Amino acid sequence: MRGARRSGAKRWTAAAVLVLAVLALAGCGQAPQSALNPAGPVANMELQVIGLGFWIMLGVGVIVLGLLVAIIFRFRARRGESALPEQVEGNTRLEFVWTVIPVLLLAVLAVPTVKDSFAAASAPDPSTALQVNVVGHQWWWEFDYPSLHIVTADEMHIPAGTQISLSLTSADVIHSFWVPRLAGKLDAVPGRTNSMWLEASKPGDYSGQCAELCGASHALMRFSVIADSPSAWTAWVHTMQHPNTTPQTPAAQAGFKDFATLGCSACHTIDGTTFQGTIGPNLTNLGLRKGIASDSLSNTDANMARWLADPPALMPDVIMPNLHLSKQQITDLTAYLEEQK
Amino acid sequence: MAAVSERVHPRSYARPGEPPGLWGWLTTVDHKRIGIMYILASCVFLFLGGGEAFLMRLQLAVPNNTLVSATLFNQLFTMHGLTMIFLVVMPLSNGFINVILPLQIGARDVAFPRLNTLGLWLTIGGGLILYTSWFTGGAPDAGWFNYAPLNSPPYTGSGIDFYVVGLLVAGLGSLITGINFLTTIVNMRAPGMHPMRLPLFMWTAVVMSVLLIFAMPALTADLVLLFFDRFFGTGFFNPAVGGNALLWQQLFWIFGHPEVYILIMPAFGMISEVIPTFSRKPLFGYSSMVFATLAIGFMSFMVWSHHMFTVGYGPLVNSVFAITSMLIAVPTGVKIFNWLATMWGGRIRFTTAMMYATGFLATFTIGGFSGVMLASAPADLQYNDSYFVVAHIHYVLIGGSLMALFAAGYYWYPKITGRLLSESLGKWQFWLLFIGFNITFFPMHFLGLLGMPRRVFTYPPGLGFSSMNYVSTMGVFVLTAGFVLFLVNLLWAWRHGQPSGGDPWDARTLEWSTTSPAPAYDFAQIPLVRGRDPLWVEKQTGNGQMIPVDTAGADEGDGHHGGKVHMPVQTPLPLYLTLAMMVASYGALFHVWALAVLGLLAMFFFLFRWMFDKDPGMMVDIVDAGGEHA
Repeated sequence: MRGARRSGAKRWTAAAVLVLAVLALAGCGQAPQSALNPAGPVANMELQVIGLGFWIMLGVGVIVLGLLVAIIFRFRARRGESALPEQVEGNTRLEFVWTVIPVLLLAVLAVPTVKDSFAAASAPDPSTALQVNVVGHQWWWEFDYPSLHIVTADEMHIPAGTQISLSLTSADVIHSFWVPRLAGKLDAVPGRTNSMWLEASKPGDYSGQCAELCGASHALMRFSVIADSPSAWTAWVHTMQHPNTTPQTPAAQAGFKDFATLGCSACHTIDGTTFQGTIGPNLTNLGLRKGIASDSLSNTDANMARWLADPPALMPDVIMPNLHLSKQQITDLTAYLEEQK
Repeated sequence: MAAVSERVHPRSYARPGEPPGLWGWLTTVDHKRIGIMYILASCVFLFLGGGEAFLMRLQLAVPNNTLVSATLFNQLFTMHGLTMIFLVVMPLSNGFINVILPLQIGARDVAFPRLNTLGLWLTIGGGLILYTSWFTGGAPDAGWFNYAPLNSPPYTGSGIDFYVVGLLVAGLGSLITGINFLTTIVNMRAPGMHPMRLPLFMWTAVVMSVLLIFAMPALTADLVLLFFDRFFGTGFFNPAVGGNALLWQQLFWIFGHPEVYILIMPAFGMISEVIPTFSRKPLFGYSSMVFATLAIGFMSFMVWSHHMFTVGYGPLVNSVFAITSMLIAVPTGVKIFNWLATMWGGRIRFTTAMMYATGFLATFTIGGFSGVMLASAPADLQYNDSYFVVAHIHYVLIGGSLMALFAAGYYWYPKITGRLLSESLGKWQFWLLFIGFNITFFPMHFLGLLGMPRRVFTYPPGLGFSSMNYVSTMGVFVLTAGFVLFLVNLLWAWRHGQPSGGDPWDARTLEWSTTSPAPAYDFAQIPLVRGRDPLWVEKQTGNGQMIPVDTAGADEGDGHHGGKVHMPVQTPLPLYLTLAMMVASYGALFHVWALAVLGLLAMFFFLFRWMFDKDPGMMVDIVDAGGEHA
């Protein structure tokens, strides 16, 4: 049994090291998607409930598992012991105690559970909140700002310090909108509109990811919420409302033509042009985004070329086909799209 | 009295009159043989489901891995979940209940021996149908929960058809099994075994059976609607034509939450047998354990929406279901404390079975803690569909159900085979499994909180997921070693295990009062039950063995006719019925409707054969059957 005690101690040490490692990771900012590192009031509130549940359970856990370990060592049969232990069948008072204490502990957890369920769902004041309509697609997110007449995809800009009111639905299967540092998730269900709100306290880049299985490329359905300072927000809104769409370089001019003739415009919209397809994501000011392919690749010329060459290779089952573009066409389209900013 | 014979019986397990060899097994109605087949089939599926998990963990070992494709990964986790739930834990529990139930209540078989056989074949048939999908264009890939509308065209292919039909067939088997177990325990207890003397394992079997009877129909309804959507183009779950995608989820979890208690209930019962035996004390707080079991069963029907906190039903619904879900922790806590109190003050013998029971207490309790945390709706908005939930379910399903099933395996293997599993291999296996399990699944709690969603085939570097995923995958190697060692032990002990005798553990309940393995008729004479833990009562009064019920004038009552007992005869009808149903299933699955109709006709033919088949039973001579005459 001494061996068991040693390996037990080792396990606990390993667990403690692991906990510390996680805390260190979260502290160093290497966990950009962590619910333990909240950056807004909703995620803060949720972390408090997580913390309350955790501490209550840790307390109970220390008692129960401590008791278990104590029992293992104290009541282990020793060699040569043959006497029968006292045959106890129960103890009403004890049984009463360990029925009532859990009820009280759960009541402590139930109060914020109910209170915060309502708080997380309460609609923000429509006169000050910014409305964004979110539509999940296989596999990208559409963000529609009805008051600003802006539609974009995969990168949701918001003003920091402002409540954002989100209406979620889906164009195909169920998706789930999750930006752990700003708010817990809510499903985007076809045929149904769900509401939630979030707020980023400070400017920053908060990564998110679809949390409901939605097909082959579910894992790649990422997105970002970018909270802007007031000046950056004003600039972004202005750029989005007045996109600069005239191609400048010869390559971009060729790409502009390709975009129309190769069929890209049947699916994609670029505001300020005649390209008004609505099947795929809106590509207005695509060059400003830091990611492409549902934010699963960084937005570089090389990645754009890889994507255009064979989209299903990078995103299994994606609706955008391999158009068997020539090298020249890929270069030209990349030049045109990356110029959109 | 054939009580504590030290010799190992010839283990053909065949009842007198049963043909030897494979045909005897295929047509048997003996609860022990059926139980053994359930357990063996589950072990095969355990390694299939484990292999699927192994591939997933290899894929997730490092970020942006390309070992397994996205499509294959989705098939792997779907099949892993289905296999472990429907084809491993459920049939394993059914296997142990099958072997032990009649022995523990002092009966000679279950109430409906033929239905028992049918339940076995339907479970295996459903599993085979499900696994056929790997060879016919891909396994189902929308998760075991199979949410609409992802479960319908154009989003998913033929794999989901196999899901629908396979689960319909296996589900029918589960329903039949539930009815059979419940009827048996209600009607066939030995004289003196009134309800408050039932071993707790039998109480959990009662509750599991009731849950099966009320929960399986919700799944069946869901599957039938989906069958119509997929085969005949209706749109029950398709919002585009006025259907409701959330209807699937509602029905699924109305089944699905009781289902997780179907998976854990027998485990509670097994632990409640193992702990008192090896603590040499009666179960602490028996009555409160019974009521806690009933309460958990009842409450399991009132919490289903906690799987759906994020679908947008709003704060009122979420609050109600959060509170009912938290309340389930109270009776569960009562159980944990009662088990601890049973051990307290005992003389605990740490056999492998007891080590597993102790391991269960540790890991299942941790799973319970994360369960309470999950029940808190606002916190769940962060946990839901993250790796935190993956950690939780594996702590309750491996740390709970499977730990208990291993405890049951080491505890009852001698009763089933007449030989003991190796204790030294067993202890090695326990530590490999316990440590491997914790290395694999403990980090997943943190992965979930760091923002890693479930069911992702890969993840990028830079999110802080990489190191813990690597650790988790390393743990799987240790865990797998534990499982393989169990298989080795199982096979080795079959021939070379130490003969156990009838009562190797100095145990308390009726099954230990007969030989190991039990004779075809279980008990030469039906025992008289004179208290809770009937065998222990006799040991305490110095008797050491059960007193037979006075059979004079009570021949009909216990089927005992002066040295002969009345037993049911074997029949191939359940097998034929299952095969006919499988023909109909494959006909539908491959859209060969003539075959489907043929299968259905054959099914009705065998049903009518069954209905009008007279089973006179047979008289088994107690001496001829290998036992010793009373």
